[in-house]
Amino acid sequence: MSGERLAIMGGRVIDPANGVDALVSVYIAGDLIVAVGDKPEGFATDQEIDAEGQIVCPGFVDLCARLREPGQEYKATIASETAAAAAAGVTTLCCPPDTRRVIDTPALVNLLRERADSVGKARVIPIGALTRGLQGKELSSMMALKAAGCVAVGNAYAPVENLLVLRRALEYAANCGLLVIVRPEEPALRNRGCVHDGAVGSRLGLPVIPVSAETVAVAQTLVLAGQTGAKVHFGQLSSARAVAMIAEAQSQGVAVSADVAVHQLHLTESAVDGFDANAHVSPPFRSQADRDCLREGLAKGVLGAICSDHQPHDPNAKLDAFPATEPGISSLETMLPLSLQLVEAGVLDLSSVIARLAHGPAVIMGLGAGTLSPGARADVCLFDTRLEWVVAGTDWLSRGINTPFYGSKFKGRVTRTLLSGRTVHCR
Amino acid sequence: MNKSIQFDAAGRLRHFLTIDGLSRELLVRIMDVAESFSSVTEQQVKKVPLLRGKTIVNLFFENSTRTRNTFELAAKRLSADVLNVNIATSATSKGESLLDTIRNIEAMHVDMFVVRHEASGAAHFIARHVAPHISVVNAGDGSHSHPTQAMLDMFTIRQYKGDFSKLKVAIVGDILHSRVARSEILALNALGTAEVRVVAPKTLLPDDPEGLGVKVFHDVDQGLAGVDVVIMLRLQKERMSGAFLPSEHEYFTYFGLTEERLAKANPDAIVMHPGPINRGVEIDSRVADGPQSVILRQVGNGIAVRMAVMSMVLGGYVDALGVTS
Amino acid sequence: MIDFQLSVEKMLDRLHAGLVAEITRRELHDPLMIGIHTGGGWIAEKLHARLGLHEPLGLLNISFYRDDFSQIGIHPRVIPSSLPFRVDGRDIILIDDVLHTGRTIRAALNEIFDYGRPAQVVLGVLIDRDGRHIPVQADCVGGRMDLGPDEKIKLSGPDPLALSIQCS
Repeated sequence: MSGERLAIMGGRVIDPANGVDALVSVYIAGDLIVAVGDKPEGFATDQEIDAEGQIVCPGFVDLCARLREPGQEYKATIASETAAAAAAGVTTLCCPPDTRRVIDTPALVNLLRERADSVGKARVIPIGALTRGLQGKELSSMMALKAAGCVAVGNAYAPVENLLVLRRALEYAANCGLLVIVRPEEPALRNRGCVHDGAVGSRLGLPVIPVSAETVAVAQTLVLAGQTGAKVHFGQLSSARAVAMIAEAQSQGVAVSADVAVHQLHLTESAVDGFDANAHVSPPFRSQADRDCLREGLAKGVLGAICSDHQPHDPNAKLDAFPATEPGISSLETMLPLSLQLVEAGVLDLSSVIARLAHGPAVIMGLGAGTLSPGARADVCLFDTRLEWVVAGTDWLSRGINTPFYGSKFKGRVTRTLLSGRTVHCR
Repeated sequence: MNKSIQFDAAGRLRHFLTIDGLSRELLVRIMDVAESFSSVTEQQVKKVPLLRGKTIVNLFFENSTRTRNTFELAAKRLSADVLNVNIATSATSKGESLLDTIRNIEAMHVDMFVVRHEASGAAHFIARHVAPHISVVNAGDGSHSHPTQAMLDMFTIRQYKGDFSKLKVAIVGDILHSRVARSEILALNALGTAEVRVVAPKTLLPDDPEGLGVKVFHDVDQGLAGVDVVIMLRLQKERMSGAFLPSEHEYFTYFGLTEERLAKANPDAIVMHPGPINRGVEIDSRVADGPQSVILRQVGNGIAVRMAVMSMVLGGYVDALGVTS
Repeated sequence: MIDFQLSVEKMLDRLHAGLVAEITRRELHDPLMIGIHTGGGWIAEKLHARLGLHEPLGLLNISFYRDDFSQIGIHPRVIPSSLPFRVDGRDIILIDDVLHTGRTIRAALNEIFDYGRPAQVVLGVLIDRDGRHIPVQADCVGGRMDLGPDEKIKLSGPDPLALSIQCS
């Protein structure tokens, strides 16, 4: 044992991976957890953190957060967004490859990781591009990306040109032992749509995206995953039907996982009524029934993770007629309070919510994070479920203020975040 | 959610963007005022000084000479100064943002924007961002709304049929892409129309059309049976390349309004069309020019209705019942 | 409340006599008569008959020419003005019931001049009351009256014509 010795005392420790939910203490030495519960013999505490009234849990793992760097620093930077992540209790975040300069070379992977390390607010895991330049035509250098430390590849919002390319890409990724993250959407069915094909879209006369744009892509990918043996993860599902298809595949033993963006668990198509560009997201908010099935899928574990799908924008991105605005919500900092609302709504218990925010996504990515196991990195989040706050002003760290919740009052807030034993956020 | 954007805090009608959320009383008032103005337009002196000193900007991001002309004439008959800005061929193609365009024209101290844009929600966006003294009238946004066209159609229906509560109205054609149809459906329902029907193949209907408050027909003969008003919609040529329809010929054969089909409607039914007409595509020339056609009357009414809307918006018309939400 | 019914007739007589004199004095040639909707129209109808003018009576509705439009908005179903003659070069007798602030007459003159350029306009009113806002004076009046600032005089009609004073 070396480095500073911390004891987090008096909090309610919830560590779903180890079945812990008790008023105990957490002992940290240097950058590692050493014990949860009894004080280890000979542990000389350097600093004591009073966690009375707080929940103490593993730092969250976010499967999809865009940092906009490199190339779109006018929207956000690694420094601004990892600070927001720390304030949100997120200690590990996976960044999709669709930065302005696509993450398809080891150099970009290293650049991102180095910049994140130098800021030191959160661990950044770059997702490599599945195809070169995300053009959907040629394979990216997956072996080199893996050697540079990538654990997963994906094509983000960019379509793959045809099913043959997708098949080959899945085969090659399987060969590399890389997870393939798929945001399922058939581009021809999406067409130029921007809202759900439902009552609100019909009334507002906005171009629509049918549910089939998602389900067709899920079906095709599942078939090819089965054929190629690739390990596939579906990101940010929006429809009841897609959840059902994935549940069925899982029940047949297919190694497939899925996540959901936190705002999809709350908002529906009605959020875009009045042409609120801050509710313009991709995939679009769908019906109440879809939302309810996403919640159910989350409770049952079909959806193993809640992600933020954080997409900070510059103000201009949202200042246009609705279809011309850029989709996405700046959502890191509302992820925890929105997730806690699921507990209040009786969708799942607090321990399960934490599991979907920490251990669930870590397992999907094959990361050793999301637990408080002795020997694990000391990524810890302390939060207060009773703390009320308003999304506004200096209480908001992300450079993107594009959120439909701006000005809303929330309950539940992170009070302290430790990254490898070091306090990176404290309120 | 944000329907009250059309009214200011004191309940004054500030913008005219959509029929959604407007009361029956307000719609009736528009028609009453339009009736007063139609007498003006029939007089030797066709101009009144109501909006003298006001500047109205026709901001057209989408070409439509016809609609722009009627708005321009309406504004001029109210003695307003009119500036026509055709953005389809100027600023945004140079990369200027919509908001910058608005700010630029705003700086010229104008009083009203009449906006036509190809994107649904554009008029709402502009209304939300203009300076507080400027009003916005929607002259058509994407497939969303074209409220003055809907009101001139209501005005025309009232002239011929009077009471809406006994009427059956069929809207035939490309409902999916039609801002006119969406606004007409809202207006007809707000005015208490007995039955509003839409008649179209499935490819030209939005999801859950019944949710808009209409009865849906896929067969034109059934859809026209016993109706008092037939509104034909224009079919855009792009619908063929977009795989919505096989051909103009097939559309005319199965959905075009011919004399034989019109005979299924009530004998005194009127035929309307927002224009411009595609003869031989959605409507037969014999019907378009026939005794039941009121298409040219619609054009004339367009000026009076737009005068009514402009004068009520700039006159700060207070509608106590206007904000229903 | 005072009953003015008898006095309406008397005032009409006086206005009539005034107009006859004015027609002579100003050498009005084959004058046209225009009444301002609604009360002025009723008065004009009577005077038109009494003077035996052979051109039809004109009627002005100045709703679209009001200067308080932005404060009170627009009235629905405005009965249109009807001037069934050309006004260019003609002598015109403009008739209203009450001359108060002068704004109505200004609006009426504006509207008439939109139709053309008359040779002369003579203004006749049944009642000339105090409270002028702009420099407009009648050539012939039926009677004069000073009222409190909250009082309004109103002509009802057309049959019988009666005046009443209302407090607002």
